[in-house]
Amino acid sequence: MPRVKVKRKSTLIDMTAMSDVTVLLLTFFMLTSTFVQKEPVQVNTPDSVSEIKIPETDILQILIDQDGKIYMSLDRPSDKANVLQDVAAQYGMELTDEEILKFRTLPTFGTPIGKMKSFLALSSDDQDKALKGEFVAKGIPAGIPCDTTKNEQGVDDKNEVKVWVKSARAVNSNLRIAIKAAAGTPYPTIRNLMTSLQDIRENRYNLITNLKNIKDEERVVIK
Amino acid sequence: MAEVQQKESGDGKKGKPKKMHIHVDFTPMVDMNMLLITFFMLCTTLKKPQTMEISMPSNDKNITEEDQTKVAASRAITILLGGQDKVYYYAGQPDYTDYTTLSETTFAADGLRAVLQDKNREIVTQLEDLKQEKLETGMPDEVFDEKAKEIKNVKTAPVVMIKGSDASSYKNLIDALDEMHLCGISKYAIVDITEGDQFLIDNYESKGALSNQIDTSKL
Repeated sequence: MPRVKVKRKSTLIDMTAMSDVTVLLLTFFMLTSTFVQKEPVQVNTPDSVSEIKIPETDILQILIDQDGKIYMSLDRPSDKANVLQDVAAQYGMELTDEEILKFRTLPTFGTPIGKMKSFLALSSDDQDKALKGEFVAKGIPAGIPCDTTKNEQGVDDKNEVKVWVKSARAVNSNLRIAIKAAAGTPYPTIRNLMTSLQDIRENRYNLITNLKNIKDEERVVIK
Repeated sequence: MAEVQQKESGDGKKGKPKKMHIHVDFTPMVDMNMLLITFFMLCTTLKKPQTMEISMPSNDKNITEEDQTKVAASRAITILLGGQDKVYYYAGQPDYTDYTTLSETTFAADGLRAVLQDKNREIVTQLEDLKQEKLETGMPDEVFDEKAKEIKNVKTAPVVMIKGSDASSYKNLIDALDEMHLCGISKYAIVDITEGDQFLIDNYESKGALSNQIDTSKL
């Protein structure tokens, strides 16, 4: 009987098919991806059962961190530049083209308008640090002031959030306001923001949350 | 390490053209693709964040104040958000002299939800029936929403006032709003806490020790 010959097989694996698959996956990810926006502070949003999705464009996001610092971001760079010019004009500030260009590229902003010039003069690494509040000693505090205390005339002139939101609305009327606040944010901060928004008649807005899964039997607890 | 392998096959007979098998090694290509995929997977947000839509009453008309007084006491429920994730509620008008007018509950399923669904029993059962009907008949979403809205908007629906104290956090507010959603309550408002409400919480926490401090002349 002839012995069964064991065929010597080459260990080379044909990677062409594998390559096809990876290219396909890569294409999928490239086409569907929207990049995570860089945010100066890590914010853990609270969980909720609401399942409404947020629209993708025309969003004015108001970001609030645990300590109550308020930041804002707009999705269109052109809007951002227009809003900055509008706000600066209201405070009687002159900004150079270079400063406006720098502002356009910022993902998130959150500096008192009076310090905007010195903030924009920083390098981008330093800007990140300043937004985190590490430059307070150097005179650049983080967060947009939202002080609702009124002066003698009954106007809360230190409330810059109102000014920003108002001019953002003037620049883009389709804007939706989305509030993304950390779960542990003290309620007074939220209340200040809500009253500020109410004052300028921004009564509809979205609160960004994470999805909370609750069991069906917990939905209705009465018999 | 990319290499083009040329393998000669055949037995090398003279005169016959050499057959060439060109193998391109795709391994580095796959490596690179995998790296790129990993990069894209880590840098993207596939899942869009959920949101809650709320509309606040406009400030200049002061509807809330009027609504507050108009609402029949039997239908009004006030939820007070306290510190340390505590939540209290009272129905109708509180009795400031009696600390037990306030009840404490939790955000768990058998806490605030049970209370509110009990008060809102009629609507909750109707909504459940509607959901069942939707499952059975395959009702389109628009019709369902329309009907649910009708059910929720009946005149006898309870009205909930959510008041957050200074010690509470944003999470408490979201939790409270969630309960509104789950209990089918469409009439609710986020209202500023009053001194009286804060007193109720303090009084409750101290088990009525503050009751004798009430300035009766102000009542």
